[in-house]
Amino acid sequence: MAETLTTAPAGLPAEEPPKTGGSRHRAKGWTAALPLMLFVGLAFGIPAIALLGGAFTSDGSLSTANLTESLQGAYLTALLGSVKLSALVAVAGAVLGTFLAQAVVTSRFRALREAVLTASGVLANFGGVPLAFAWIATLGNSGVLTSRLNLGDHGWSLYSFWGLALVYLYFSVPLMVLVVVPALDGLRPQWREAAQNNGASAWQFWRYVGIPVLTPSLLGGVVLLFGGAFAAYATAAAMVGTVVPLVTLQIADALTGNVLIGHENVALALSFDMIVVAGLVMAVYLPLQRRSARWLR
Amino acid sequence: MAALTPTVLPDVGAPAAPTGRPRRVRVWRGIVLVVAAVYFLVPLLASFVFTVNDPVQGFSLDAYGEIFSAEGFGQSLLLSLGLAAATIVTVLVLTLPAMLAVRLSAPRLRPVMEILCTLPLVVPPITFVAGISTVLRWGPDYLSTTPLYQTFIAVQNPAFPVVLVIADVVLALPFVYRALDAGLGAMDVRTLVEAARNCGASWPHVMFRVVIPNLKSGLASASFLTLALVLGEYTVARLLGFQPFSVWIVTISGANAALSVAVSIFSLLLTWLLLLVLSTAGTRQRSGS
Repeated sequence: MAETLTTAPAGLPAEEPPKTGGSRHRAKGWTAALPLMLFVGLAFGIPAIALLGGAFTSDGSLSTANLTESLQGAYLTALLGSVKLSALVAVAGAVLGTFLAQAVVTSRFRALREAVLTASGVLANFGGVPLAFAWIATLGNSGVLTSRLNLGDHGWSLYSFWGLALVYLYFSVPLMVLVVVPALDGLRPQWREAAQNNGASAWQFWRYVGIPVLTPSLLGGVVLLFGGAFAAYATAAAMVGTVVPLVTLQIADALTGNVLIGHENVALALSFDMIVVAGLVMAVYLPLQRRSARWLR
Repeated sequence: MAALTPTVLPDVGAPAAPTGRPRRVRVWRGIVLVVAAVYFLVPLLASFVFTVNDPVQGFSLDAYGEIFSAEGFGQSLLLSLGLAAATIVTVLVLTLPAMLAVRLSAPRLRPVMEILCTLPLVVPPITFVAGISTVLRWGPDYLSTTPLYQTFIAVQNPAFPVVLVIADVVLALPFVYRALDAGLGAMDVRTLVEAARNCGASWPHVMFRVVIPNLKSGLASASFLTLALVLGEYTVARLLGFQPFSVWIVTISGANAALSVAVSIFSLLLTWLLLLVLSTAGTRQRSGS
């Protein structure tokens, strides 16, 4: 008994060398990761601190005056406009994207599936200025379809809330397809067969099996689309200028000096509002992604 | 099965399902696909028609010919490509060693890395610019008497704005991280690196002769995504007052609408080509392994 007890402490020092070796190894790991951390810390951290500092300073002293101002009048309208547009695009894009994905997934033609997935990969990255110009050429005031179909006489304008939503869907729907196809693939045919054998109708299958399994991916997709539409600036700037009140346009306006003297920090306060909204939305997304990953194994 | 549920079967209409459902599904699917095809193809076709439609001749490709002689075209495209090259090199040099380290020796850093590389997705680019421009204003405001001021001026050199490279690297991080993470996940990094180290290979040798050749598709997709991102990046460049390709397109749009749409189509085709190359390279890799 005593012998085994004495060997135990003796065993501990024997374990020491690998431990120190491990920590030396870890130190090496730290050093290789250090440049990236330093870079992000500097390139991302300093602007973030500057933004926070500016948002909460007014006339050189700490205050919430900028924040209060950024949540009033035209600024509040812009923020709400952005949230409304993004929410509409997110929900509509998610629904349409899911239908398109389901049509492709259940199709017998493999080539169709490959083509749609490749096109989605390309179109989901198609934002910014070229997208705006393509739509202006199509449905703008002198666009091809507008002039051929005399849409102008019927009160059509691309440079409006609904026009912007139509354009944003162009990159949102493909993104949703990319997000939801793996989840739809994860819906095993056996589940449907089991439901049918138990006498479930198609509606009942979707209500009690399909939708619950898909919910995390669907909500995750909604969040992603919301974030994309909320942050989009280039398309809106090239298309509508300042016709539609959007928070990104307001920030750009304020940053380029189009603001009362002494109110420059409102742009920073608005940016802070945006980050809060985007952060809240993302906070919903991360746990959902983890839950949906469970079904995709 | 049927014997177990005799009371349920008749009123659910199970016999009707096999005959009725497939056709309904096929019609529904056809409508969805046709609507999608119209929605996604019409703007592309219409913008092409817009550029070749000449009020006098009826059809002309002049707008495309004008692209290459338009003022500022070469300069802005070169600037964009230069920025893209610098961004790709910087982001890979920073990310690859860090990700290898996390996989090999510091797995505890993994969540930190993940958060660092997802942050740029949460923070909208325009708020990032708001922060950057505030920092850049510190230069003339507080630092004009210090040597740091020269650095502030140097990073904003309009001929090659380093500040845009820095911003683009941050914006590209999430995409590069995901592409490299997928690439590293597909190969057994630990075994490869340990085998090479046991055979006496030096770290640079391991990097260039073992890791990088195995990671080719991951590196390629990371580079292509970064290239597409930098070529299309508008927000940061516009608000900091520089003029790479994407900003140039908007600048000329006031003068010549057909030309700007033609340039948009041109840049689209360029980006699509890159992304198609990337996606086919990806699938070939997958089917090969």
